[in-house]
Amino acid sequence: MQDVIYIVAALLMLVGASFALIAAIGILRLPDIYTRTHAASKAGTLGSGLLLLALAVFSQELTVVTRAFAAIVFFLLTAPISSHLLARAAYLAGYPPEPSTDIRGMAEYGPGQSKQ
Amino acid sequence: MISAQDFLILSVDISLVMLLLAFLLTIVRIVIGPTLPDRVLALDMLVAVGIGFIAIIGIKTGYFLYIDVAIALGLIGFLATVAFSRYVLNRGTVVDEGGDPEGNYNIIEIEIRQSAQSAQPASAQTVQGDS
Repeated sequence: MQDVIYIVAALLMLVGASFALIAAIGILRLPDIYTRTHAASKAGTLGSGLLLLALAVFSQELTVVTRAFAAIVFFLLTAPISSHLLARAAYLAGYPPEPSTDIRGMAEYGPGQSKQ
Repeated sequence: MISAQDFLILSVDISLVMLLLAFLLTIVRIVIGPTLPDRVLALDMLVAVGIGFIAIIGIKTGYFLYIDVAIALGLIGFLATVAFSRYVLNRGTVVDEGGDPEGNYNIIEIEIRQSAQSAQPASAQTVQGDS
């Protein structure tokens, strides 16, 4: 039984670290701030969440498991908020998207409509 | 066939190396920019990688108290990103090398800039006065 817990924790750790690495590669390789937000918010949050889950599985203590789940829920709640806020602020401040981006749909949410 | 404990120890080391690579790549993005939101986003990513480091060190050493540090770090990272976003928003017109202060990117950007100036003349005037 202990072996199963060790293997599950090790696999969760490897997958979580892989997602963190993929997020970092995405931050480095993607062309503009709006696409980089995808990598940081989705893959990065999943990576740190899986690593915390590995800690929870490995500890087998109720206090650690509850705190790990509280931390994961907190990250899952705040990551979309912060990345959306940052992308919206960058768009309203006038940072240009990648030239191939089709932003006609965003034009009606432009700076004029931001602060009523 | 290696035992499960050896597999755990091996994957701890592999995960630490992968997180180190992620950390270094994120630092490269912070250094090369090119714009302020890019750097803020990379700092947010750095906090996520730091939380991963804390979790792995907790597994490696057996001190599960580290998870409180991870929660506190996540809270601080979220607040820092929100504060930087408000700063980017309130700073107004783009002034670093990511964009031209005159706003000559394309037609859509010029339209957005004109509507911004007509909507908020006071703040647009103060920012444009510097350039």
